[in-house]
Amino acid sequence: MRYIPNIPDDRRAMLAEIGLDSVDRLFDDIPQAVKDRFRPTGLAPRSEMEVSQILHELALLNRREVESVSFLGGGLYDHYIPSVVSHVASRSEFYTAYTPYQPEISQGTLTAMFEFQTLVCELFGMDVANASLYDGATAVAEAALMAVRVAGTKRIAVARSVFGHFRRVLRTYSWAAGIEVIEVPFAASGRLDRSAIPTGIAGLVTQSPNALGVIEDLDGLKAQLGDALLVVAAHPLSLAVLASPGEFGADVVVGEGQPLGLPASFGGPLLGLFATRDRYLRQMPGRIAGRTVDADGREGYTMAVATREQHIRRERATSNICTNSALCALTATVYLAALGSEGLRELALLNLGKAHYLAEKLAALPGHALAFDGPFFNEFVLRVPSDPRRIRTRLQDEGFLVEDPEPLVELGLVRALRLAVTEKRSKEELDLFVRILGGLR
Amino acid sequence: MKTIFDHVRTNPTGGLFGPQDVPHVDAERLIPATLRRTSPPRIPNLSEPELVRHYTRLAKMNYGVDDGFYPLGSCTMKYNPKITEDMARLPGFAALHPLADETLVQGALRLLHEMERHLAQIAGLAAVTLQPVAGAHGELTGMFLVKRHFQEQGEPGRTRILLPDSAHGTNPASAALAGFSVTELPSGEDGLVSLEALDAALDETVAAIMLTVPNTLGLFERRILEVTQRVHSAGALCYFDGANLNSFLGRARPGDMGADLFHFNLHKTFSTPHGGGGPGAGPVAVTERLAQFLPVPRIAHDGTAYHLDWNAPRSIGSVHSFCGNFLVILKAYAYLLQLGDQGLARVSEQAVLNANYLQERLKRTYRLPYDRLCKHEFVLSGAGVAEGVSTLDIAKRLIDYGFHPPTIYFPLIVKEALMIEPTESETKETLDAFTQAMEAIAREAKGDPALLHDAPQCAPVRRLDQTHAARHPVLRYPFQEQTP
Repeated sequence: MRYIPNIPDDRRAMLAEIGLDSVDRLFDDIPQAVKDRFRPTGLAPRSEMEVSQILHELALLNRREVESVSFLGGGLYDHYIPSVVSHVASRSEFYTAYTPYQPEISQGTLTAMFEFQTLVCELFGMDVANASLYDGATAVAEAALMAVRVAGTKRIAVARSVFGHFRRVLRTYSWAAGIEVIEVPFAASGRLDRSAIPTGIAGLVTQSPNALGVIEDLDGLKAQLGDALLVVAAHPLSLAVLASPGEFGADVVVGEGQPLGLPASFGGPLLGLFATRDRYLRQMPGRIAGRTVDADGREGYTMAVATREQHIRRERATSNICTNSALCALTATVYLAALGSEGLRELALLNLGKAHYLAEKLAALPGHALAFDGPFFNEFVLRVPSDPRRIRTRLQDEGFLVEDPEPLVELGLVRALRLAVTEKRSKEELDLFVRILGGLR
Repeated sequence: MKTIFDHVRTNPTGGLFGPQDVPHVDAERLIPATLRRTSPPRIPNLSEPELVRHYTRLAKMNYGVDDGFYPLGSCTMKYNPKITEDMARLPGFAALHPLADETLVQGALRLLHEMERHLAQIAGLAAVTLQPVAGAHGELTGMFLVKRHFQEQGEPGRTRILLPDSAHGTNPASAALAGFSVTELPSGEDGLVSLEALDAALDETVAAIMLTVPNTLGLFERRILEVTQRVHSAGALCYFDGANLNSFLGRARPGDMGADLFHFNLHKTFSTPHGGGGPGAGPVAVTERLAQFLPVPRIAHDGTAYHLDWNAPRSIGSVHSFCGNFLVILKAYAYLLQLGDQGLARVSEQAVLNANYLQERLKRTYRLPYDRLCKHEFVLSGAGVAEGVSTLDIAKRLIDYGFHPPTIYFPLIVKEALMIEPTESETKETLDAFTQAMEAIAREAKGDPALLHDAPQCAPVRRLDQTHAARHPVLRYPFQEQTP
């Protein structure tokens, strides 16, 4: 076994040192009845080459997905990832290390965590960010739990125009914690129906751009909520051109960090972004890196404000999270550093431009129209003249991927498709898509 | 410590994206002024060589498994095979979107389905969810399942979780997050669950016990069958924390010990890299009875094709955006296929042999509070090595000898704990070198304790002031605010 280096002579010498005559004796403390019931999996050992072949064959079964032209979105988007990003993140000093429990030999991880927190604060317009959560959905759930801790009211409102997978996870966490979740409808504009926000809530979770692609106008929303916390799920890339939720007084900003240099990875690993105001620091979940000094007075980094965390506070911790998405956070940090503020703006404008180019062409097709007239970023909902499931299948046969329309049907949009457009979609692909969609009967 | 924000020069960036083949858009036209960003986020614009040198310098200040011995107890810092990294980068996996039609992602669904089956066999349980993405997330999912089980049974009064005092730090927080209260069980003198304490704690308000097997002292619960039998007789469930599975992999199964729920840490036992603190994967295996409550979507196979099955009315719902950390699961799958049954058994054999050998060598110099056969790890006490020397000093001095220190001050039931887990990846040569370093440090502690107090001397920074960080929190880069 290539990964287990010891040679028989060493094993014998080690057993002799312990005073045992066989390796089986090492397991004398496991009850015989348990050992007697053991059944193996039936898996035979395989060579590296054979395993490589098996995995390549499985990957080939997904070939049509990868070779198609994708308009899939919903929080995860088909972005170009510069080569430098994976080269840096592949350094084994980063990826084979663990949580920086020993800061003196973890300055690489800790400095990058500190940079990551700063970048998240910059994008979101907030005071303090943690070093990541699992994904956007669990970040929403943790934000709701935090709002309940702050407000002491076990009632949360969530906009129905928040991604379905965010709301699903929120429901599970809330059910277990005994928190009531009230859904708030959207208006004809696709924006949150502010008149329907209930009172007596710990917080409101909203999203911008929302699950319908519409950019919410958050102006005045915090004032309407009063003491209840305003939680905004934001698309990090859009914030290169859009005002940050912090500018509108958000108390917590969360988001899915996949657009920042991570492949879609069939949905994992992802990157949960979480930031809040200084006044809620002690209520925040997750790990945080902070700046400090060493014995010589030189600047360095360490884990900070850990008294909120599970390994110290036990059952009174702000969360149970330990392992998070550290390597994904490093990847996002390198990605943002590779683009810089200028590259990020250029990228956001490309997304904005291509999405609007496609939207205008599609809206001009007979029987088609944009479902909402509010401003959008790189994702929008298109009304179609016939059964969207059939259209989806036909498009798929032509090599174009669009999402299952079912979640839109649940939101009352019976004949509609949600389309996401990134910088990777060429004009040629967009024009072809318009031609084919227009030709479907 | 220079951060990217300390690079003040602004370079022309650009050239990453394009061509700009659609007409240029005017953000001013498309987005109303009130919704537009007015000042850009402060992200430096670095050239690629500056960027690469910055992060290469940071990487060199880190210590990973590829750098050397990393005996961090309960974290199973084993070697991460390189082929699994390559497999996870295949475009046929990495580029897959979770919302693509299931007919187009059959390879991914098949991999997940097979991994569920293999993990169920390894656990000796009926069904598995791959959705949880970390150990603590698996625990939380497990607690949700326990809650749903008693809700369905019509026993909402079962609101307590029993936790031995040697439990992992995440266990109590996971139980609390799921709305349970926690009752701590004191360990017996042998470091194991005390049956008397267990009997005293069990009643109709107990929902489950959370057991770490072997426990955080590295000791196997010899009376495990008596423990689980008593819990079941009281109508409660047995949750097993699988962080320490490396110790009996391929030789015993939690299901055969009485576990109703068991979580894996694929980033520990199945060699997926820890990534500086994630991403991981924490699949949960359960009995037939509990399978109906598992998170949706389930991965189903109808004989010809794989599907995402959302039709599970009793499910707890979802705990992750999609199907869990697919690429982490994939790496664990590639590792498992290489090992096969023989390899699994070899892993636990060598892991336990390494731990017992190291325990035997080190107990001559350091106090071993529970002196007997251990499993994959053991706990020494740094107390009594020398006057005025703490476990923290010993740990920091180990850095000067080129080793990553063990887990320290955990478990809490051992004073000045040093929790050491060598894993199967290490040679006798490495274990001997570590022993010599530990012996040398014990001598230094008596003869020249300043060497320990001033450690580390050979790290990128000297000992860092944790209280300073707590008292004056600087949690993001302090930009010079725009002065007029």
